[in-house]
Amino acid sequence: MSEEKRKPTPEEKAKAAAEARAKAEALRKLREQGAQAPQGEKEAEEVPVQAQAAEPQAKAEPAPSSKPISEMTPEEKAAAKKAAAAEAIAKAKAAKEAKEAKEAGAESAPAPKPFSEMTPEEKAAAKKAAAAEALAKAKAAKEAKEAAQQADAAPTASGADAEAKAKAAAAAKAKAAAAAAAKAKAAREAGGQAADGADADAKAKAAAAAKAKAAAAAAAKAKAAQGESPAAEEAPKAPSKNQPYLDKYVQRITEVFGKEVLEAAYINELGKEVPTLVIKTERWHEIARFLKEDEPLAFDYLSDLHGVDYEDRMEVYYHFYSYINRQSLAVKVKTNREQPSVPSVMDLWHGANWNERETFDLLGIHFPGHKDLRRILLPDDWVGYPLRKDYVQYDEEV
Amino acid sequence: MNQNILTTNVDTSPETGIRTEEMLLNVGPQHPSTHGVFRLVVKIDGETIKEAIPVMGYLHRGTEKLAENLNYTQIIPYTDRMDYVSAMTNNYVFCHAVETMMGLEIPERAQFLRLIAMELNRVASHLVWWGTYLLDIGAMGPFLYAFRDREMILDLFNELCGARMTFNYMRIGGVKWDAPPGWIDKAKEFVQYMKKELGNYHKLVSGNEIFINRIKGIGKFDTKTALDYSLSGVMLRSTGVKWDLRKDEPYCIYDRFDFDVPTATEGDCMARYQLRMAEIEQSLRILEQALEQFPSEGEVIGKVPRVIRPPAGETYVRIEAPRGEIGCYIASQGKDKPWRVKFRRPSFTNLQILPKLLQGENLANMIAILGSIDIVLGEVDC
Repeated sequence: MSEEKRKPTPEEKAKAAAEARAKAEALRKLREQGAQAPQGEKEAEEVPVQAQAAEPQAKAEPAPSSKPISEMTPEEKAAAKKAAAAEAIAKAKAAKEAKEAKEAGAESAPAPKPFSEMTPEEKAAAKKAAAAEALAKAKAAKEAKEAAQQADAAPTASGADAEAKAKAAAAAKAKAAAAAAAKAKAAREAGGQAADGADADAKAKAAAAAKAKAAAAAAAKAKAAQGESPAAEEAPKAPSKNQPYLDKYVQRITEVFGKEVLEAAYINELGKEVPTLVIKTERWHEIARFLKEDEPLAFDYLSDLHGVDYEDRMEVYYHFYSYINRQSLAVKVKTNREQPSVPSVMDLWHGANWNERETFDLLGIHFPGHKDLRRILLPDDWVGYPLRKDYVQYDEEV
Repeated sequence: MNQNILTTNVDTSPETGIRTEEMLLNVGPQHPSTHGVFRLVVKIDGETIKEAIPVMGYLHRGTEKLAENLNYTQIIPYTDRMDYVSAMTNNYVFCHAVETMMGLEIPERAQFLRLIAMELNRVASHLVWWGTYLLDIGAMGPFLYAFRDREMILDLFNELCGARMTFNYMRIGGVKWDAPPGWIDKAKEFVQYMKKELGNYHKLVSGNEIFINRIKGIGKFDTKTALDYSLSGVMLRSTGVKWDLRKDEPYCIYDRFDFDVPTATEGDCMARYQLRMAEIEQSLRILEQALEQFPSEGEVIGKVPRVIRPPAGETYVRIEAPRGEIGCYIASQGKDKPWRVKFRRPSFTNLQILPKLLQGENLANMIAILGSIDIVLGEVDC
């Protein structure tokens, strides 16, 4: 893997990152199993190496990651892998949404310098902040409407272990605020990475390197993007053609049910700009009825209904269509994972019948109000819900 | 299974004093008219259906679960096996979903190849339906003609991508293979041939009085019911809703071609028969134009990263498959494997109305109604 010379194309780097990640994963496991004594020694040696590595990388552009890896010790590789992964993420974000690059650059450009000067502890904190920042920013730009979920974001981030907990939480919060919105998922991932980084010094260093690199890459991208065409950047920022519809739906619902029933409302730019609402489970059935029966909304057709397991929560996704207004609407309803339950809409759209049964069958989400909720695809005596992420197949013959 | 269907009423006829009893009839899962492994438990009182309970899942392979552990490109062959009668549209809906997330540009030539493949497949799919439907209700001949002509399409596909049914033809960003030399001309020939042949089909069956009397007025429902049951495709159009995603939410390059969306108002089996026949005609119309305008050169796959990693987020796209609206939902976390994939399968959704249609219906009409829904069990069970 390491001997080949790579062209610094994004695909190559992404691939390198993926490989490195897999490798580092294995290495980390190995380390956790035994060799704790030598680890301390190596750490001491590692410090300067990492510091040196981090600085030039912060200034230079991304490619070098692939070169050093071949010469590194396993621990260093782990560090490099983190760097590469972080870099790849940052880059993918930057490249994908060139329009966001200016914004991103403005925030991340000043970052690399301070980080390289920090103590390891500070680096750990900084890394957390960075991870939160990178993710939060991308989310924020994409789903600026999800401001309401900040509340979720903060607690998850602060759940990270280690001594830098408080710092991480504060940082994550600050970033989230600065970015205007952060999705719960983003924050959770950030929290996860932060915890990783904090549990060992070596990892903290790796994180710092990753941070510097990611920031450098993002900054470079941002500069490039700025240089190219400022006019082109402005264009995609124009509100979506569906924005007026979203506003209308939000207005109608808040008029009748108040603001608090909506957790979020945004245009899903990855999904053909469909207006998307996140609605509180408690009042979902009333609102569903309203969506169907209210004349300006009139969503008379349920195109799709299914559940998603996000490991910390379940979501049920609805895709509605109004044949009267010729408009689509996506609705998401969240529920907890321990006793997932979302009111059935079968009485409103009969087409929800089998879809809810399927969701129950494969994910174990209950739909109170459904008249005949039982398994549909799997046998009645099946154990467990296969589409759950922690599903382990039960087989009495094994 | 629902237990209360298993209890049957025993009674005595008030007029004759003869003991009567409801009976349970088990249809399938290996019944030829269920077009796969589908079971119907029917409670009958004499010849009248009291209740029908569909039982499915015999072909459930867990495609959605499998997809969570596969790279995006590796998922494509699995889509072939859902609606195996029309695999091209399945290929397309998945690729389209990923491309929508990544904002990929598809080269012109690839767009044409995709569209031609999908429309040929639509014709092939409707031919299978036409043949088997008539076979279901007792006519052997049409089946042979339909499969003879469908075989020509499968031969074309075989030349195009090396498979007759499970094509695995499309890729994220384009298609795998360019059309071999002379293929476009062969396709053109086929379209002309099929247009003529379609006339023969109509002569053979469409005007046949026995046939008309057999299916006219049965399996009827109205627009409101159709929408309530989330029906799509011909099932919906047969009640008068002019709705075709190729026209109303154009994808691929359908907006460049001139075609009609046939509708009917009766909402019965006959209407659905006529619509499918009319759709073959419209597909041939699209094919004629597309083959004529087919670009003489160009790339067949766009610039795509080697590892497909859609940005974190979710998408839901839907297109018009021969059986109705097929949708694909993808939740991504920015990794090379999807977090969750969900297929909205038209066969599964359309089949929901079956128990309602069968209630109070004559037992002899059961297969005629089931056939008119046009299901593929690979897709129902996914």
